[in-house]
Amino acid sequence: MLSSSYVNTFLFGIYPYICLVVLLIGSLIRFDREPYTWKSDSSQILRKRQLRLGSNLFHYGVITVIFGHFVGFLAPHWMVDWALDAASHQLLAMVIGGIAGVVAIIGLTILIHRRLADPRIRLNSRKWDIAITLMLWLQLALGLLTVPLSARHMDGSMFVTLTDYVKGVVTLDGSAAALMIGVPLTYKLHILLGFTLFLVSPFTRMIHIWSGAGVISYLFRPYQIVRTPKTRARESRS
Amino acid sequence: MKIRAQVAMVLNLDKCIGCHTCSVTCKNVWTSRQGMEYAWFNNVETKPGVGYPKDWENQRRWRGGWERKKNGKITPKQGGRLAILAKIFANPHLPEIDDYYEPFTFDYEHLQKAPELQTSPVARPLSLVTGRTMEKIEWGPNWEEILGGEFDKRSQDYNFEAVQKDIYGQFENTFMMYLPRLCEHCLNPSCVASCPSGSIYKREEDGIVLIDQDKCRGWRMCVSGCPYKKIYYNWTTGKAEKCIFCYPRIEAGQPTVCSETCVGRIRYLGVLLYDADGIAQAAATESEQDLYEEQLKLFLDPNDPEIAARASADGVPDAWIEAARRSPAYKMAVDWKIAFPLHPEYRTLPMVWYVPPLSPIQSHANAGAIEAVGDIPDVRSLRIPVRYLANLLTAGAEAPIVSALERMLAMRVYFRQRQLGEGGGDAVLAQVGLSVSQVEEMHRYLSIANYEDRFVIPTSHREQAEDAYGLRGSCGFSFGNGCDSGAPHSTLFGGQMGRRKLTPVRP
Repeated sequence: MLSSSYVNTFLFGIYPYICLVVLLIGSLIRFDREPYTWKSDSSQILRKRQLRLGSNLFHYGVITVIFGHFVGFLAPHWMVDWALDAASHQLLAMVIGGIAGVVAIIGLTILIHRRLADPRIRLNSRKWDIAITLMLWLQLALGLLTVPLSARHMDGSMFVTLTDYVKGVVTLDGSAAALMIGVPLTYKLHILLGFTLFLVSPFTRMIHIWSGAGVISYLFRPYQIVRTPKTRARESRS
Repeated sequence: MKIRAQVAMVLNLDKCIGCHTCSVTCKNVWTSRQGMEYAWFNNVETKPGVGYPKDWENQRRWRGGWERKKNGKITPKQGGRLAILAKIFANPHLPEIDDYYEPFTFDYEHLQKAPELQTSPVARPLSLVTGRTMEKIEWGPNWEEILGGEFDKRSQDYNFEAVQKDIYGQFENTFMMYLPRLCEHCLNPSCVASCPSGSIYKREEDGIVLIDQDKCRGWRMCVSGCPYKKIYYNWTTGKAEKCIFCYPRIEAGQPTVCSETCVGRIRYLGVLLYDADGIAQAAATESEQDLYEEQLKLFLDPNDPEIAARASADGVPDAWIEAARRSPAYKMAVDWKIAFPLHPEYRTLPMVWYVPPLSPIQSHANAGAIEAVGDIPDVRSLRIPVRYLANLLTAGAEAPIVSALERMLAMRVYFRQRQLGEGGGDAVLAQVGLSVSQVEEMHRYLSIANYEDRFVIPTSHREQAEDAYGLRGSCGFSFGNGCDSGAPHSTLFGGQMGRRKLTPVRP
């Protein structure tokens, strides 16, 4: 079904843009109109056990994976080609992505167990808290499944196709969807679920990723913050 | 020098009767909401005891406050900026809710709806976290009330440092005191320094430390960063909350709820002028025992015309300078030196100060001849060990505590002698270095404690800061999301955690 041309164009040519637009506009509206709902939603205070191991494994693993995707897919050819040919680029992605993916999925499995098995967390979870963790687990699993799949063709040709597709989407190239015809199902599902995660992010706790990037500014601010009546009035009006 | 003003609080522990009115009125006004059941912006602890949350004073465990490095700089004890960010996914020093207590209610409905039973129905406890029946309540907000529990556990109290504590477990030697605690609204707050989102700030005009609820992202570094454990994570809204020093009341010139309702009239609110440029240096003082004195040096004399002119130039309103001249906090902390900061060794320069309590003469001293120094009984024969109070209030320096206790005793001796016609009492005053006018004023403030002496709070000048015309008819104080009065409503964007319903197990 995913291979019919119409469906293929919709899923890989149009759906990604729907998701990205909802992600950006949705996040912006939430940030602007509902700042009180914008938070990381930590449940650490209710139960410390398992969180330290699970959360650290998951977050450090998944951050490595995400950075890998950005660098691997979006770095222009001239930045990479002088150092790596497609085959060794693929090998590098498989090794780093594979290790980080395994670390992340172990962490996430611990976190899911904690969320479902501990009544304190379970009873206070929203439907989306559970749904999003399961979606992330599935996405990590699909991503890891692509590693042995890629190992079957180490020449880097599939890798180049996928890279061109992602670059096509980002550069608004309408013909990019055609590249996905004939790509194995696992890759397709991984890509579709990935965009779906973008789609639901503004409505879930996933928005804390934006703030996670935002805290970098903490490194450059003085320790103490004093607000004068004037700056305060400005902050509350904005 | 940059002069700023702060509304500071002093608590006279000598008169605290441990009635918890401050805690209850505060709770009713500010934290009677879901997610905050376990949180007490103000609580009263019986000392010695481990307190609330358990063992909060032990910073080797919780890593709150500041640490002085070898190069003379201070950084948050839980780590510098990079270290804090690295711990953002799981804060290793965050207390669990059980370190406070699992909040509970009782199954009152069962008392009304129970069918006919052989025994009378009981209201079993229900957890406010899970909503389920609790087998046993293990801990509460005030579990050690009036020395409840074994001495073994209570003696884990951090303030027993360098005190031979074993003898205080014996009935004849036991001692206790109350310690009401709230946010210290520090000059050098480590919660502000620990916040990765920069959502916590100190207000320039009155020194109140607040959390911007719209900017807080729930990274929970402030909870571990605060050595007094006075920031609480609201687990339904995912935001940190803290004592707001009742700022809407302070702005209107009214005392905080805890101060207003204090039955023992132990709380004082007054303006202190301080040198904001000296904070960093004072907080980085090498010896912990000097921190009290160094903080004292930051407070400026409002009666000095030069200071007043300078303050005025730095934007402190005239009414505030005038209030600083009549400030009970200044009199107790600087003039009489009977008030002290709580745990100055945390290096946060706290602004809620305490007058140490007197206590009965020990029975063994009573039985023999009371050791007296001049007309004053030796303060070392008081039941509460001086070293214990020093560990609490001056990082272990005993001399300032001894001097404060002697002054309070001298005031009593002076007035007793005067009342009974036993002489002028001048000798006792000379012994502690007080003048007649000073001791009379001390008596008026400490013993009579008139409302207008206790609370000298100038109104804030909002008209200079805000567009009063635009604020007309607006909602005033709210919990984000515009003018909603109650809990934040559920929206497209997720609402809040905590959907639990009460699900009692009934026979």
